[in-house]
Amino acid sequence: MFYLIQLLNGVQYGLLLFLLASGLTLIFGIMGVINLAHGSFYMVGAYLAYWLAGITGSFWLALPLGVGTALVIGVLLEVTLFSRLYKRDHLYQVLLTFGLILIFEELRSILFGDDVHGVAVPAVLSYSVRLTDTLSYPVYRLFITFVCLLLAGALYLVIQKTRLGMMIRAGSSNREMAASLGVNIPLLFALVFAFGTALAAFAGMIAAPTSSVFPGMGNQILIICFVVVVIGGIGSINGAMIASLAIGLADTLGKVLAPEFSAMAVYFLMAIILLWRPQGLVNKT
Amino acid sequence: MANTHFTRAVLLLGALLLAAFPLIGLTFYIQLGAKIMIMAIFAMSLDLLVGHTGLVSLGHAAYFGLAAYMLALITPKYEAASLWLTLPVAIVAAAAAALVIGFLVVRTGGVYFIMVTLAFAQMLYSLFHDTKLGGGSDGIYINIRPELTVGSIKPLDLEDPVQFYYLVLMFMLGVYAFLNKLRCAPFGRALAGIRANENRMRSIGYPVFGYKLGAFVLAGALAGLAGYLAACQFGFVNPEILAWHQSGTVLMMVILGGMGRFHGAIIGAFAYILLQELLSASAMFGAYAKHWQLAMGSLIVLIVLVLPRGLADLLEYGAVVYKRQRMRAAG
Repeated sequence: MFYLIQLLNGVQYGLLLFLLASGLTLIFGIMGVINLAHGSFYMVGAYLAYWLAGITGSFWLALPLGVGTALVIGVLLEVTLFSRLYKRDHLYQVLLTFGLILIFEELRSILFGDDVHGVAVPAVLSYSVRLTDTLSYPVYRLFITFVCLLLAGALYLVIQKTRLGMMIRAGSSNREMAASLGVNIPLLFALVFAFGTALAAFAGMIAAPTSSVFPGMGNQILIICFVVVVIGGIGSINGAMIASLAIGLADTLGKVLAPEFSAMAVYFLMAIILLWRPQGLVNKT
Repeated sequence: MANTHFTRAVLLLGALLLAAFPLIGLTFYIQLGAKIMIMAIFAMSLDLLVGHTGLVSLGHAAYFGLAAYMLALITPKYEAASLWLTLPVAIVAAAAAALVIGFLVVRTGGVYFIMVTLAFAQMLYSLFHDTKLGGGSDGIYINIRPELTVGSIKPLDLEDPVQFYYLVLMFMLGVYAFLNKLRCAPFGRALAGIRANENRMRSIGYPVFGYKLGAFVLAGALAGLAGYLAACQFGFVNPEILAWHQSGTVLMMVILGGMGRFHGAIIGAFAYILLQELLSASAMFGAYAKHWQLAMGSLIVLIVLVLPRGLADLLEYGAVVYKRQRMRAAG
């Protein structure tokens, strides 16, 4: 039973990582931009959840408002900053997004202070399923797992079955070719970027009730997402899915078996994958 | 290089100013100067990778921090350690870590390289942050600075800020001279070739992997030197010394100064830290000084957009103007 709980936790964490990593890997795969500020969007989401839930008094109202805000932020950033970076060297993308992290962190500090905040679990979901006499499992975590699965499924359908998805796949495998075949690349880029931003913010919002809201929360998860993207192979959604779950489970089991070294287990996994398949699990080249 | 005489004259003047600087006698500023020069060594070591080999490492603080931790871990609690012993140990440790990590990361390229170097640096961060090895997240103190002795005499006392300043200045000029020699040596030319076109270098028979790994290890060792000096100066290390924030900062110094020229890294270190001191001076910005990172972040974004080749460009621009005037004077 104890291991079932850990398994559920691992899957839930892995799926949450997937929401972030899929945006990161798409933004890289399609636009060729490495976005260090992706973790900041996760933080922005969590603080939006905290702020909007405080104002509106309802977590359910905060969710759509927060996603809307994140979409707007995403479009604004894409148009004003990122669109200038597409042709530039990765080095400058790293620097600009590093600057953005500093800006986001300081704005967060000015607006919300440096304290740790909590977001209440919505009343409908704030009870636990009893597994045995002593162990129980919070329904809210099951809810996160369910929502993430739903989103992952929707993402899969959009990318594999729709016209937009076709353009995204085309753009991700060969940008110039897709552009010369008449795909509206600037629009596609803005869409994908805003979408990735919203996914990351959404992940932050639904994670907020379980993980609390604290400074620097975005950077911590960003690096894990990089590991996911490296293991899965850049630009591959399927790879991101497999890698997210692997990392989620490795991290959770590591915390149980060797708490001090759990953070390192994840990087060891990455080192092994790098030796075995430097291009990532899914990528062919 | 428009006019190397002009650039050289300016750099020589800079070195003389640095040598005369402790005459102002204010300990705070002397220590600040030493701190900047330590970061300049660190930035030069990263420039070897970023500017000269084309490897953008976002985890360079790992080797800086590791060497700092080595000093803290091998210094006895109540007596001074010997510089002759601790410095090589710290540098070898940093180089060894760079060898192991480099062996894994150098086989990747481009954006993978950025992410993987960051991830491995984070691994070392967690090692020191989560385990009791180096005092956990609290860090450890180095109560007594290492001693520099020759036989029974002590030519330099590291506890003295002015003498420490000159030690650091010596190291900085030494590293600068060494790297510039290296740049012109066959090894450096091969790195430049790899940066320009890796595939071509491979097809004309250069062992590209070996060269890149060599550069990575050397950069790690020099970062270790800087980290060792930093630990000496502050007498304290905590995991933040190898956090990715540090890696990002040093990368920013390299770009700010202008990569691919080692004096650019020095200029970048000075510009960045002086700017940081200025922005966080509460005398000037009052309550907003606490939020200096907001201004710094905005500035970084601006620099990427308008001055992508760095401040060293201004120096070269000066050289061009100087040359033009001389030609005009000569008729």
